[in-house]
Amino acid sequence: MLHMKGITKAFNGNTVLRDVEFDLEPGEIHALMGENGAGKSTMMKVLTGIHPKDEGAITWKGQEVAFKSPQEAEEAGIAVIHQELNILPYLSIAENLFLGKEETLGKTGILKTKKMETEAKQRLAELGLNIDPSAEAATLSVGQQQIVEIARALSSNAEVIIMDEPTAALTDREIEQLFKTVRALKDKGVAFIYISHRMEEIFAICDRITVLRDGQWVGVKRIAETNFDEIVQMMVGRALGDRFPERAATLGDTILEVSGLTRDPYFRDVSFEVKQGEIVALAGLMGAGRTEIVQSLFGYKKATAGKVKINGKSVKIRTPHDAIGHGLAYVTEDRKSEGLILDFSVEQNISLSNFPTLSSNGLMSAKKERALFDRMKERLGIRTSSPELPVKSLSGGNQQKVVLSKWLGTNPSILILDEPTRGVDVGAKKEIYSIMNELAEKGVAIVMISSELPEVLGMADRVLVMHEGKLTAQLDNKDLTQETIMNYATGGGTRV
Amino acid sequence: MSSTTASKQGLIQKLVPFLGLFLIVTIITILNPDFLSVSNLLNVLRQVSINAIIAFGMTFVILTGGIDLSVGSILALTGAVTAGMMAGGTDPILAMLLGLILGALLGAVNGVLIAKGNVAPFIATLATMTIYRGLTLVYTEGRPISGLGDSLTFQMLGKGYFLGIPVPVVTMLISFGILYFILKKTTFGRRVYAVGGNEEASKLSGIKTGRIKIYVYSLTGFLSALAALILTSRLNSAQPTAGQMFELDAIAAVVLGGTSLTGGRGWIVGTLIGALIIGVLNNGLNLIGVSSFFQQVVKGLVILFAVLIDRKKLI
Repeated sequence: MLHMKGITKAFNGNTVLRDVEFDLEPGEIHALMGENGAGKSTMMKVLTGIHPKDEGAITWKGQEVAFKSPQEAEEAGIAVIHQELNILPYLSIAENLFLGKEETLGKTGILKTKKMETEAKQRLAELGLNIDPSAEAATLSVGQQQIVEIARALSSNAEVIIMDEPTAALTDREIEQLFKTVRALKDKGVAFIYISHRMEEIFAICDRITVLRDGQWVGVKRIAETNFDEIVQMMVGRALGDRFPERAATLGDTILEVSGLTRDPYFRDVSFEVKQGEIVALAGLMGAGRTEIVQSLFGYKKATAGKVKINGKSVKIRTPHDAIGHGLAYVTEDRKSEGLILDFSVEQNISLSNFPTLSSNGLMSAKKERALFDRMKERLGIRTSSPELPVKSLSGGNQQKVVLSKWLGTNPSILILDEPTRGVDVGAKKEIYSIMNELAEKGVAIVMISSELPEVLGMADRVLVMHEGKLTAQLDNKDLTQETIMNYATGGGTRV
Repeated sequence: MSSTTASKQGLIQKLVPFLGLFLIVTIITILNPDFLSVSNLLNVLRQVSINAIIAFGMTFVILTGGIDLSVGSILALTGAVTAGMMAGGTDPILAMLLGLILGALLGAVNGVLIAKGNVAPFIATLATMTIYRGLTLVYTEGRPISGLGDSLTFQMLGKGYFLGIPVPVVTMLISFGILYFILKKTTFGRRVYAVGGNEEASKLSGIKTGRIKIYVYSLTGFLSALAALILTSRLNSAQPTAGQMFELDAIAAVVLGGTSLTGGRGWIVGTLIGALIIGVLNNGLNLIGVSSFFQQVVKGLVILFAVLIDRKKLI
């Protein structure tokens, strides 16, 4: 029903898509994969009319089309659900659903609130979401908001729904629900273009997969006829070998001791220890309190009770500044809002937590700044054409390396990583894992929060599992399975 | 977007204020060539100096993502207190120093309210603007303070010349040089940009964001007091109504200079140019005989026009 052929697009003479093709059948879930910067988003933007194409043809239901705006594409039946959801938190669920398409009394502009709410309730129920549509949208979980967005797309008679990293912020249970919805719609003939970095999901839900690399079409495969390794190879252009690099763990003394740490209502009575050279993973569902624990540990949000010892000594950490002084570093979950200053250059971002070593008497040393940048660029393989490039122009993986650089500059002895590979492509993921291993081998203690269980199992020496603000299990990563972790994460018993 | 277009765009954006100034100067000169006489240009610079000095402070505040509406009231209060002390026989130099310190303290109050009390800068400084103005009226009983003695240092500040250049202009240029250096070369300057660019990321990187804000508002208070000294010296008296609407001229200068009101982006060179644009307009419109009522319309239009051009560049 949709066919894109020979699509070429260049920005300022820089070709970002070259002779790319893509086709979609009714009722098909078609994955679009590729590393960050491979051209997936640009291709979708060309399709939905955000960028005009330079060459090539798009055929929609047998007719050649060139949408001039996403609205036009939507009217034709192609809707996009963005990674950042367009939900207005203080409007009701029904109001969100009908936004821009409100039912009114004639042309008076007076809203038929009751009618819209009844209809919203019914439509959402069809998608498996039973909820009071007059409630504020802010009360919905991210997963539920996504269902509302899908309902909104369907209400404009979408026949193709483009989903960009839809599961990035979802819990496993929400992902299940989303998949159920997607499959049900597929059976009704709705087609999906599914952009994701998560290989497990692609294999769970998609029918076919198209891979792009460096703006070029690499190939299209039936999911049933391919496997993980082949797709990774198509994406990166070479075999990656093991997903998780090997590491010989040599544990030193206990460096971090947390006892009875509490911040109501987020987490209660959390106690654990971490040794030098150890990688400890904090697993659990979203909202289990994992991020909140490390925020308190780092002095960003105040704990209401509990003790923290570093190297056997009690410490009081009231601000991130204190935490850095005690050798802690914290790579936050959300790069854009908490990790980077997007208007700053790559170099300036790396300098951000390193002022004490980059200055004397309050004067910045441009030389030392550049030296730190050079050192980090070399060490982490940051791909940027210049230290002065704005950090926002980098790919997700490279941005994450910039955040890591900022912290490695402080020579931390305890490194906290919150979802270190979120929104990062496969190649960069492996590089980040290698850096983690290298640091651990040098004796750095690493506390990693991750929602990707394969990553937890592949990297951690020990796994702490959280459920609703409580630590429910401390497990050695030996013969550990995803099922065991999920069991504790969903409240199936404790083992501390 | 490639790096070259990004930096090119940044460069054009930075050039806009200069082009604007050049354009306005050209038009005014064509209409009245007297504008370009040395004596008139020095006159313009002297008229600009007070607004520019306040606007330099405002630049720091706006770079952190804040705003300071109380600058005019701080100017009035510090001017009145300094004049009061001088009229009462305090050593003029001591009185001026105390005036500057008072300005920094009044600014620090703003900073503490904003950083520790979590009050939005607009609201906090709106309140202190009223309070400081009220205190000025209480202190002066609503009357000008004059009889400030004939201390040479004090008289020079507003009326003197140094190598043929009015002292207020020299003061403005020295302040500019120091503040430019601070923003460009010091950790403090970098932190000011960082706080405005992303406060949470700054905090999480170990920057004491509250402290930076307190410093920034204190600096603005200090500079407002410096402007007060110049103004008091020029008028040889302190007026309780001095500095009304000065906050708007200062904000206009910052915005005309291309500094973003959302913080994190901008430069102090632009502010100097912005202040010059406003000064040139004030002076030039008088020279070419535009009525004072209509002058306001023109000033407003220029600001609007400048901001619209800036927006276009951003897209």
